[in-house]
Amino acid sequence: MSLVVDIKKDLGEFKLDVSFTAENGVMGILGPSGCGKSMTLRCIAGVEKPDSGRIELDGVTLFDSERRVNLKPQARRVGYLFQNYALFPNMTVRQNILCGLRHEKDRAERERQLAEYLELMQLGGLEDHYPAQLSGGQQQRVALARILVNRPKLLLLDEPFSALDTHLREKLLVEMKAMLEHYGGVSLAVTHSRDEAYDLCASIALMQNGSIHMLKPTKQLFADPGTVAGASMTGCKNFSRARKVGEYEVEALDWGIRLTAAKPVAEDITHVGIRAHYFSPTCRQNNYPVKLLGSIEEPFEDIICFRYVNQNPDAPDLWWRIPKQFRPQGVSEDYSLGTAPANVLLLRDIK
Amino acid sequence: MDWYPLINSLRIAAISSVIVFFAGIFCAYYVAKLPRVIKGVLDVVLTLPLVLPPTVVGYFLLLIFGVQRPVGMWLDSIGIRFVMTWYGGIITAAVVAFPLMYRTARGAFESFDMTLAYSGQTLGLSNSYIFWRIRMPYCRQGILAGTVLAFARALGEYGATSMLIGYTPGRTATISTSVYQYWRTGDDRSAMIWVLINLAISAVVLLTVNLLEKKQKGGAHR
Repeated sequence: MSLVVDIKKDLGEFKLDVSFTAENGVMGILGPSGCGKSMTLRCIAGVEKPDSGRIELDGVTLFDSERRVNLKPQARRVGYLFQNYALFPNMTVRQNILCGLRHEKDRAERERQLAEYLELMQLGGLEDHYPAQLSGGQQQRVALARILVNRPKLLLLDEPFSALDTHLREKLLVEMKAMLEHYGGVSLAVTHSRDEAYDLCASIALMQNGSIHMLKPTKQLFADPGTVAGASMTGCKNFSRARKVGEYEVEALDWGIRLTAAKPVAEDITHVGIRAHYFSPTCRQNNYPVKLLGSIEEPFEDIICFRYVNQNPDAPDLWWRIPKQFRPQGVSEDYSLGTAPANVLLLRDIK
Repeated sequence: MDWYPLINSLRIAAISSVIVFFAGIFCAYYVAKLPRVIKGVLDVVLTLPLVLPPTVVGYFLLLIFGVQRPVGMWLDSIGIRFVMTWYGGIITAAVVAFPLMYRTARGAFESFDMTLAYSGQTLGLSNSYIFWRIRMPYCRQGILAGTVLAFARALGEYGATSMLIGYTPGRTATISTSVYQYWRTGDDRSAMIWVLINLAISAVVLLTVNLLEKKQKGGAHR
């Protein structure tokens, strides 16, 4: 199974120009709010029409502006999990799920599948409840059951966890992951949360201002995001302008230090980045004296702000995230922090 | 006592409410989908009868349906005449009550969560199923309130009605035209009876609207 998307649409403030191919498994689309992620899903589902381009699913053309093909959403067999789950408020759980089974003419078979999915989604006993009587997690499972009984060839998940409380989110993430594996087909998950994307998706497309500017396997993307925007979207907080000074060495201009990288430095790099988690006082490599400033306390970690001794005064403070128990006791004048060469992100700044 | 005005008023109001119910929903649904400029123009045209004096509406209706006018002449040739007949009252009541239904239905449709329609479409549900089984139930309180208001307005219609169908006892008389005629001819007692009947009907209608609104607020908590 595969999905080929190559579409353009003028959205006024910016142009959507998206092109990618997705295979079986979960692909994430990660990007800030309003970057065109949801619009991309809507175009694939057929509830919005792109200005031009082509969408193909499993060899079937869903949309092709040149050949004037534009299948109705009803004919596309695309399951769409909306951010608010879009359960029909005037129907019970049972009636909602049966909406996904209207293609099945045999009554007994309908009932059998309904029972199967009620069981699979742990919705037993809730058949006659209305959506407003369910918790967020239950609503999500009803919406998924309703979609899956319809046997979609493609699953679209639009911010699947944003309507849930934090403590529910982590639990449901595990369930959702198991469910998507059970489903087995192509899934696209749109999110603005890098944690959700990392946990759920085998590969991630980074999207900004209406276009995808990178598509990589998840682990690879986090290890080597390649661009400043990519590093920033995957959660990197510390950036400095940089230039190459040796085969494995760059000068971080804003920080006033030289850093050794784990791989050869490309000629055209413009920035380096170091994630806040990856500093250590005991690491001897890339170790430079710093001045520790204030700190922000979080439940299990502290964020400590610091500056390199020779740092450019206009450059912002750096962030260092450290588990509470390792937090330095008392701040001495001659503190220094290092980082392993593999953690030095070599970046280009593409606008 | 002659009950004809009550029966006539009720049948005019009932039939015109049915017409206005479907016409208002139809226009509300399709006007919302039009490009902005056309939508703005149509919106004004469709709402005008609400703010125009009923006599002006009556004047326009006479321009169209008068027996000397092309449309009126043509209708007359196939045996339909809206001037001075009780069913002419259906036309005036419908035209005057239409904006109430149209505007309430449009407001209700605008509050509809479009993701419900989208998810229905992706599940393979037909557009008419989505309209009647999902959109209409979702908007039911607004649409019911609009229907009741339109019915009340149709029942109380006087200006345009008196111009198009006049007052003929036992043929075109309605409650509101009767009140005027009894008062004009000095029959205060009969006028008062019809005033009280009118008051009673209006009170029931407004009570219904209030109950519907309360139910709507209660529904939000569920």
